[in-house]
Amino acid sequence: MSRAREGAPASWEVFLRARRGLAHQHVGSVRAADPDAALALARDLYTRRGDPLSLWVVRSDAVHAASPDERDPYFAGARHKPYRYPEHFAPLTEKGPEGDDHE
Amino acid sequence: MTTTSDAPARTAAGTPPAPDGADLAVHLLRLGDDALVLGQRLCQWITRAPTIEEDLALSNIALDLIGHARVLLTRAGRLDGTGRTEDDLAFTRSEREFTNALLTELHNGDFAVTVARQLAYTHYAVLYYEALAGCADAELAAFGARAAKEVAFHRLHADRWTLRLGRGTPESARRMRQGLERVWPYTGELFDEDDVVRRLAASGAVPSPAPLRPEWERRVTEVVTRAGLTVPAGSWRARGGRDGLHTEEFGLLVAELQSVHRRFPGGTW
Amino acid sequence: MNAPAGTAAAVDDDELLAHFDALLAEGGTVEPRDWMPDGYRRMLIRQIAQHAHSEIIGMQPEGAWLTRAPSLHRKSVLIAKVQDEAGHGLYLYSAAETLGVDRADLLDALHRGQQRASATFNHPALTWADTGAIAWLTDGAAVINQAPLCRTSYGPYARAMRRVCQEEAFHVRQGYDLMRALCEGTPEQKEMAQDAVDRWWLPAVALMFGPPDTEAGGADARTAALGAAVSRRAMAWGIKRHTNDELRQRFVDQCVPQAERLGLTLPDPAIRWNEERGHYDFTPVDWDVYREALGDDTVWARQRIAHRRAAHEDGAWVREAAAAYAARADDGAAEEAEDEAAVAVGAGEGAVFVGGAEEGTGETGACAVRAGGVAGEDA
Repeated sequence: MSRAREGAPASWEVFLRARRGLAHQHVGSVRAADPDAALALARDLYTRRGDPLSLWVVRSDAVHAASPDERDPYFAGARHKPYRYPEHFAPLTEKGPEGDDHE
Repeated sequence: MTTTSDAPARTAAGTPPAPDGADLAVHLLRLGDDALVLGQRLCQWITRAPTIEEDLALSNIALDLIGHARVLLTRAGRLDGTGRTEDDLAFTRSEREFTNALLTELHNGDFAVTVARQLAYTHYAVLYYEALAGCADAELAAFGARAAKEVAFHRLHADRWTLRLGRGTPESARRMRQGLERVWPYTGELFDEDDVVRRLAASGAVPSPAPLRPEWERRVTEVVTRAGLTVPAGSWRARGGRDGLHTEEFGLLVAELQSVHRRFPGGTW
Repeated sequence: MNAPAGTAAAVDDDELLAHFDALLAEGGTVEPRDWMPDGYRRMLIRQIAQHAHSEIIGMQPEGAWLTRAPSLHRKSVLIAKVQDEAGHGLYLYSAAETLGVDRADLLDALHRGQQRASATFNHPALTWADTGAIAWLTDGAAVINQAPLCRTSYGPYARAMRRVCQEEAFHVRQGYDLMRALCEGTPEQKEMAQDAVDRWWLPAVALMFGPPDTEAGGADARTAALGAAVSRRAMAWGIKRHTNDELRQRFVDQCVPQAERLGLTLPDPAIRWNEERGHYDFTPVDWDVYREALGDDTVWARQRIAHRRAAHEDGAWVREAAAAYAARADDGAAEEAEDEAAVAVGAGEGAVFVGGAEEGTGETGACAVRAGGVAGEDA
C-alpha cells in the first residue's frame, strides 16, 4: 500500500519474537515515514503486553511474494508426495504410529 | 486518608523516620512531582496528537511517567513522617506544595514545544536515573535502573522528533527552533542544588543532579546540532518550582488533576 | 505479480465465484490476494472502517477524563485503555488497507462525514463514572459483538479481531471494577455510578448491536425483513455470524446479574427473567428507540468530528515534516539517523530490527517466502 497515495507514510510489516524459543512471527503492519519511526510504532503497537524479545520491521514493498496466479507452479509440487510423511510407512513398533516416534 | 490533617497522629504511632528521611522525602517528592506533572501534561495530548500513532507514543510515555510518580510519591509519603499515600500527595496538596521543576509544567504548546520539553527532560532523566541506580538504597537503586530504561526510550522518541522537525520542512524547523527557545530557560532548574540535595549527596544517600549538567549539555547539543539547529543562548533562567513558586497556568493543571478526587470527600476509587 | 499476461483474464468470473463460495462453505479463510466478489470487499471495507473509526472516536469520551482520574492507579489504567483503543484503530485500519483502500482516505471520509463511527460515542461522558459505564457496558457489548468476528472469513480482519478481543477483555473487567469501587464508596459516588448507567444503557443496548433485525427483537415486519436480508448476506459471507438481536439478547443476559451484584438498576422496567425462554426479557429496541439513541447530529456528535479534525489539521505540519525528513533520508542526506542509536540497527535489504541482530536478514527473507503472501498484505 505504500504506493497507494502520494505523500502517505510507507507501510511496514512487523515481525515479533514474542518469547524465547519462538521464530519471529508476522503480527501486522504499521505506517511510518522512516525506519526508526516504524520500529518505535511497532513497539508501541505490538509489544504493550508480555515480555517480547525482538522486533523487525520490513518495508511492505520490499516483501516479494508469490502471487495467487503462481500458486500452482509454486506449491502444487508439495501435494501428492505421501512418502514425505512417516505415516506412509510401516510403524517401527507394534504400538502403532502413535508410539513410534519416541523410541 | 484523603486529608493530611490526621497524618501526625499516625506517625506518632509508627516508626520515626530515619535521620535523613525528611531530606530524602523532599528530594523524592520533587522527582515524583516532575514525573506526575509532565505525565499530566502529556495526557492532555491524547486524542489531539498529529497522528494516531503519536497518540499511542505519547500515552505510552505518560503511562511510564505516572508509574514513576507513583513509586516516588509513595516513598516520599513513607519517609516524611506524614504517612500520606501517593494519592494523598497527588490529589490533596495545594499548588504551592508541588515541587516540580517549572519545565515540566510548561504548557504543551505546539508539538515542537512538547518535543523540546521532552528532549530536555528525557536527557536529564536518563542521566539522573542511571546515577540513582548506583545509590546505596536498594529500593531506590532498583527503581532508578527500571526508570532509566524506560526514559531511555522516551529520549529516543524525543531525539528522533527533534531531528525530523529540525530537518523536515522550513516550517517545522522554525517551530522546533521556537520550541527550544521556549523551554530552554527552564532547563537549568533540573540541575539546581540546594541544601537538601547537598546534604543528601554529601551523605551518599542519593546523587546530586548538578554534576550531570555538562554531560547533559553535551548530549542535547549533539542532538540539536544534528537537527540543524542551535542550542539557545541567553543567560535568563527561570526557577521557582522546587520552592513551590509556579507559573500561573499551573493552578489550572492542579485544579484539573484534583477535581474529581476533591469533589468526593472520603471517596474510594 | 509476474504472472503471464492474460492468465487471470482467461479465468471465468463464475468459476472464481464458485471457488470463493466453496472456500467459505468449508469455513475457509479469504486472504488479501485471493479473488473476492466486489460486494464482499465493499461490505468488509465499510464494516472494518466503521469499526476502526469507532475505536478512534471512542477514545474521546474517556480521553477527556485522563487528566481528572481520581487516583493514580485509575489514571494509569485509563491511559492503558485509551491507548489500546488507538491500537485497535490502527490494527483495523491496517486490515482495511489489505482490501485496497488507503487509511488516509478512510480518515478523510470520517472527517468529511462520509463514513461514520458508532453513534454510541456521540454521547457525552459527563462524569468520572461515565468512564466506568462506557467500559463495562459499551466495551462489554463490543466483546459480545466482536468475539464471533475472531472467526470471520477475511483473514486480516479475523487476526486483527483476535488481538482486539484479547485486549477488550481487560477493558470490561476494569470498567466493572471501577463501577464496583464507586458502588462500594460514598452515597454520592454510587449516585454518580447510577446516573452514568442510566445514560449509557440505551446507547449500549441499542447502538452497539445495530438496528433490530428480527421481529422478535422488535422490528416491524418490513424492517425485520430488510435487516434480515443484510444480516443473511453478511452471514453467508462469514463477515457476520449472528443477528443483531441474538447478540443483543446475549448482552442483556450478561449485564443483568452484573448490575444486580453492583446494586445498580438498569434503566429498563421491563427487564425480568423469562423462565420459558431462558433469557431476560427487556424492552424491545424498536426503530424509534433506536433512532432516539442514535443522537445523530447532536452537539456532541459534531464535537467528536470537530475534535478529530482539529487534531488532524493541527498535526499536518508535523506529518509533512516527517515525510520530508524521510524523503531526504531515502536520498542518503540524513544517514546520521541510521547509525545513531544502539538499540535500532539498520540492516540490509530494507529490514530493521531491535534485538536479535545476530540473526541477520536471512530469516526475514525466508519468512516472507514461506509465508506465501502472509507478509505481503499490501494487496
